[in-house]
Amino acid sequence: MALLHIDNLHAAADEKPILNGISLTVNAGEVHAIMGPNGSGKSTLAQVLAGHEAYDVTAGSISFAGEDLLDMEAEERAWAGLFLAFQYPVEIPGVSNAYFLRQGYNEIRKARGLDELDPIDFYDLLEEKLKVVEWGPEIMERAVNFGFSGGEKKRNEILQMAVLEPKLAILDETDSGLDIDALRIVANGVNTLRGPEKAIIVVTHYQRLLNYIVPDFVHVIAGGRIVRSGGKELALELEEKGYEWLTSEAAVA
Amino acid sequence: MSSSVEHLVSREYKYGFVTDIEQETAAVGLSEDTVRFISAKKEEPEWLLEWRLKAYRRWLEMTEPHWPNVNYPPIDYQGSTYYAAPKNQKPLGSLDEVDPKLLETYEKLGIPLSEQKMLAGVAVDAIFDSVSVGTTFKATLAKAGVIFCSFGEAVKEHPDLVRQYLGSVVPANDNFFAALNSAVFSDGSFVFIPKGVRCPMELSTYFRINAANSGQFERTLIIAEEGASVSYLEGCTAPKRDENQLHAAVVELVALDGASIKYSTVQNWYAGDENGVGGIYNFVTKRGKAMRDAKISWTQVETGSSITWKYPSVILQGDNAVGEFYSVAVANGRQQADTGTKMIHLGRNTRSTIISKGISAGEGQNSYRGQVKIMPGAEGARNYTQCDSMLIGNRCGAHTFPYIDVRNASSDVEHEASTSKIGEDQIFYCKQRGLNTENAISVIVNGFCKEVFRELPMEFAVEAQKLLGVSLEGSVG
Ligand SMILES: Nc1ncnc2c1ncn2[C@@H]1O[C@H](COP(=O)(O)OP(=O)(O)OP(=O)(O)O)[C@@H](O)[C@H]1O
Ligand SMILES: [Mg+2]
Repeated sequence: MALLHIDNLHAAADEKPILNGISLTVNAGEVHAIMGPNGSGKSTLAQVLAGHEAYDVTAGSISFAGEDLLDMEAEERAWAGLFLAFQYPVEIPGVSNAYFLRQGYNEIRKARGLDELDPIDFYDLLEEKLKVVEWGPEIMERAVNFGFSGGEKKRNEILQMAVLEPKLAILDETDSGLDIDALRIVANGVNTLRGPEKAIIVVTHYQRLLNYIVPDFVHVIAGGRIVRSGGKELALELEEKGYEWLTSEAAVA
Repeated sequence: MSSSVEHLVSREYKYGFVTDIEQETAAVGLSEDTVRFISAKKEEPEWLLEWRLKAYRRWLEMTEPHWPNVNYPPIDYQGSTYYAAPKNQKPLGSLDEVDPKLLETYEKLGIPLSEQKMLAGVAVDAIFDSVSVGTTFKATLAKAGVIFCSFGEAVKEHPDLVRQYLGSVVPANDNFFAALNSAVFSDGSFVFIPKGVRCPMELSTYFRINAANSGQFERTLIIAEEGASVSYLEGCTAPKRDENQLHAAVVELVALDGASIKYSTVQNWYAGDENGVGGIYNFVTKRGKAMRDAKISWTQVETGSSITWKYPSVILQGDNAVGEFYSVAVANGRQQADTGTKMIHLGRNTRSTIISKGISAGEGQNSYRGQVKIMPGAEGARNYTQCDSMLIGNRCGAHTFPYIDVRNASSDVEHEASTSKIGEDQIFYCKQRGLNTENAISVIVNGFCKEVFRELPMEFAVEAQKLLGVSLEGSVG
């Protein structure tokens, strides 16, 4: 059974249609890349999957791990193992990274009937996970994303992902704004999460990332639809030709 | 915002119960006779009666202030009772003699009065309507030379100290509500820390309004002699009633040379219902005087009351004196808060810090009003003010009224202000990480208030955080 099954999804914000019939199946163990022009609906798809209330689903259905995803609150989706690395991570002043992450981690454990970790045990776990992003412990005392550089925010998303160990991770342009070393670190972080039980959706504009995180499938979204799907070669083709040949093709079709 | 939060609206005010106990009350209304009645009930000396009467006569000539940014119907000062006390109360009795119903009440409020059950290291004075029910750990404190008792008891046992300091910081005619309090004040706490003594435990007073249709007018006086130090905390609750009740307290702090007083408040009076019916009018005058090298620090977490009018202030009289004000004020539902501080710099190199966090939710209106005054003699004085407002939802309001009056050019006054809206995006981000809406708001708001909470004594910081969570429940809708 597919981990994620999206069927004919239509979504709108303020009555303006953004997604116009997306269908996509992601199985455990797979990595899917989503590409497409600015404003085509990639982030909207990610936000709808995560349960953002600004978007109304006007048609279609989504199942996740056998459950009706659209029936769940955003936090229930997190409990079920869905993680979104935000294109624009949010700042929460005054709340330490460590505290924030422990709250989320324990809520997810509670929802799964597991015991909460106390701050000391959690700290041990954190120490392990910090290695994934090659960070020292200082960062954990800083307020969540507050005053972080753009690249640090993205790296923090990967740290959170590493701690929460989701079944499905959706990375929305996590590679944008990263320097070369950070890109390698983020990609390594993502690769440590790969596994036969898990799946990843990477939204990106750059083939470069896909050299590190090699996708099984590449999809192109334009105008709120998937206009082309293929293997990893499709990304190389896009790098060469841009999107226009696809969008005009779609317009004709 | 989210419909899922709507059902969280109106979690019950859990301190809203009434204790059914026989009361002894003064006749409704206010006159010189009322003042005499109260003074006689408390078996006060003649000088104190005269002091009250003088205050009463001044009050008659004063008018209620209407400059605060709050709205309420006219108060009928003749329609309320100015003294209410549980019957069968032996004012100076030990805790064993206290009416079990009263002990039960405090137990229910989470303030057990038997010393075995108490928080270690915290002594409590429990005030029920107009009288003190009892004070714990008196003996332990006495060993250190610390006096901690009800105000009424201090008048009897330590009349010279009371006479010397009463009205020395807040004169009886200071303002309309202070004058009213000076005329009819009931009970409150008295603290005296002798020279060089560091008070061995936290002191705390728990105020409870129980009687219907009565006002509460407590009076607190804290004196720290040269080099002494004390940390004091007050908590307040009241039953849910449909009428508004007036609470006009006066608190005076005296910090002599090198002394330090830390005064923390967790105010959770009944706030009225979602339509604005009932609730406490909290009109309070709090002020401290800091002599040379002394420090006075006010920390307040104001979550209750339908109207709050309160400006804990410091007169920085001596050189190098330090004044601090850390405040979290919440206005949710129909609550209105007009609160802030005054820092009056008189001495050289005096320093003051003001950190104010206003949270407005529902239809709440929150105003920060603060005055920083640097007098000509305050060479090298410094003030730092930071005033942050957070709005939750679209129907509430935040207002700031800073007054800065600098009369010495060598001083340095800095003011920063910000207003933010608790964002849907912040809440969504938290939810995506597994927090439900309620936890998300609580985490975000507690982060916003962090600089204030870390000033609270450990034991109470956790309580304050929880309280804030509860008082904001259902605020996003
Ligand atoms: N909450 C919203 N309200 C109104 N319009 C929105 C909202 N969210 C997205 N849109 C609009 O929907 C379209 C798709 O936006 P989206 O962010 O999904 O694009 P994207 O494919 O992620 O683009 P980019 O590559 O630039 O990140 C845009 O025109 C955008 O302005
Ligand atoms: Mg995007």
